[in-house]
Amino acid sequence: MPAHKLCIAVLAVLGLASVTRAQEQGPYGIGRSATPAEIAGWNIDIGGDGENLPPGSGSVSHGRMVFDQQCAACHGAKGEGGVGDKLVGGQGTLATTNPVKTVGSYWPYASTLFDYIRRAMPQNAPQSLSNEDVYAVSAYILNMNGLLPADATLHAKRLSRINMPNRNTFVGDPRPDVP
Amino acid sequence: MTEPTDVDNDLGLPSRRRFLREGSALLGGAVMAGGLAGSEALAASDNADNLPPNVPEWMKAPGDPMGSQLYGTPSPFEKGVIKNIPDNLPQYLSASGRTPLQDLDGIITPNGLFYERHHGGVPTIDPAQHRLMLHGLVDRPLIFTMDDIRRFPSESHIYFLECSGNPNYKKPYGKTASDLVGLLSCAEWTGVSLKVVLQEAGLQPGAKWIVAEGADAAAMTRSIPIEKCLEDAMLAYSQNGERLRPQQGYPLRLLLPGFEGNMSVKWLRRLRVAAEPTYSREETSKYTDLMPNGSVREFTFYMEAKSIITRPSGGQRLSTPGFHEISGIAWSGHGKVKRVDVSVDDGKSWQEAQLQEPVLTRALTRFRLPWQWDGKPAVIQSRATDVTGYVQPTLAELLAVRGDNYYYHNNAIWPWRIAANGEVSNASA
Ligand code: HEC
Repeated sequence: MPAHKLCIAVLAVLGLASVTRAQEQGPYGIGRSATPAEIAGWNIDIGGDGENLPPGSGSVSHGRMVFDQQCAACHGAKGEGGVGDKLVGGQGTLATTNPVKTVGSYWPYASTLFDYIRRAMPQNAPQSLSNEDVYAVSAYILNMNGLLPADATLHAKRLSRINMPNRNTFVGDPRPDVP
Repeated sequence: MTEPTDVDNDLGLPSRRRFLREGSALLGGAVMAGGLAGSEALAASDNADNLPPNVPEWMKAPGDPMGSQLYGTPSPFEKGVIKNIPDNLPQYLSASGRTPLQDLDGIITPNGLFYERHHGGVPTIDPAQHRLMLHGLVDRPLIFTMDDIRRFPSESHIYFLECSGNPNYKKPYGKTASDLVGLLSCAEWTGVSLKVVLQEAGLQPGAKWIVAEGADAAAMTRSIPIEKCLEDAMLAYSQNGERLRPQQGYPLRLLLPGFEGNMSVKWLRRLRVAAEPTYSREETSKYTDLMPNGSVREFTFYMEAKSIITRPSGGQRLSTPGFHEISGIAWSGHGKVKRVDVSVDDGKSWQEAQLQEPVLTRALTRFRLPWQWDGKPAVIQSRATDVTGYVQPTLAELLAVRGDNYYYHNNAIWPWRIAANGEVSNASA
């Protein structure tokens, strides 16, 4: 091998080695690698587009059972609200003096329903529902808002495709807007 | 609109705080802010044996021995100075409690009086079992123990923290400074710069947002723009010199100076670097601002310039005409406070107040104005201007643009009315 080629090869190896080292460790060498299994166990974020929704499904009718047993005490038998927020109705009220913000009238993304119920509800026992029950109860809440038929079954694909009525009213922050 | 669980503020409600205050006032307690309630009134109800020319009883016997309190608490005579927590909330797990601003001096909030907002109660976390996971668009997904976090180079900064709903735009308006803007506190935070921790994992191209999650029962989740994460965001483990209180996120919280408080996620357990925000419930259903035409402002992060007079303020009473110092606090999420103007004639004329050093970026700034009260009814108010030149608006100006369903980010001027008998009340109420 000619000397200059050898030189390049050595440089390449050195360069590669330093890149690899850089990927193994940060500047301070503090912390340990997170394994894919650890990340999968903790990462419960669902994107607005449904990213990271788990496999599984749940029907509106099963969702009604879950709701009656685990949600109605705080959210009302028909989602009309109580200790917990009103979950149903309010469409068409946002530009009035008495806006009613609910999943149906206000929320821009349906997949947020799965995310929030799984991480935070029922308030007395968060992260206790199976993914199937979360799909089902999400389906029932969407159904009560007229956004899913009564015989529907919800799964990742279907949930991410639901068009929320208020999706297009969200705008960025224009402040300072006053004075 | 009734939002029984939307508790980022809770106005005009009878509070335990006020109840206790009135209770101790009846007992002749010394909870009235000094110089406001008359010293003569106190003397009249006190035991004259302790007053000149007599020798007070506390000089005639030794006091409590060293070690009678292993963690100090305030004087029993200050027992009325406590958090302002409404006593009629539908539930107390997702709720807020206010700092008694009108009873505090300076710019630092004592840790026990720091305002609180939780979305799923206050967890009790063993720091040995707490982990921070950093993953997503990074070269090296990492897990840190609390010992790991404390090995990073540390820094300390004084920053305010304010809830976005401080207060609502609708009547009834609060009676005291705490009722109005008590979801506001300021502390010296110690921790590691988030930028340093991100460099440890190595950001990948396309990293635009960081989704932060708490280890509480709400798994509180907010998306933060990467620019803020690389500017002045901190992972804080200490507050005013001691480890965070559980209510403030023990053992680790995010701190985003100048941003609405709920984004400084407490009990921080996970940071996911992403190309998109996650559109969590707390950045869509809540913490978005509804305009009169039905459009909704989202990702409204900054708390704009604001000020309030805390002395004299609602619920207090000027004991006598004559000299009174007007004092208050000013702050801005956009940087330093540049000036504060005070009016003592219902907004007809304004005088520049003196700013107490230090004047710090995104911290509370104390202002003062010497004042002679002539004993006639008066309306006093303060108006902050920050380094960007932005001037704090009136409530009417805000309402004209945003309407009263906007809910969050109300940075209005709050004038106080002083009656001929010295009683101070909210002039907008
Ligand atoms: C113990 C009372 C309680 C129970 C049981 C409960 N919730 Fe809730 N829920 C609440 C409270 C309180 C809130 C408001 C929390 C907040 O604002 O931080 C809430 C909020 C919600 C929201 C968000 C509403 C909005 O517009 O932002 C949804 C969706 C929800 N709950 C669904 C459910 C479902 C589904 C169940 C049953 C599996 C359930 N909840 C059971 C008390 C409860």
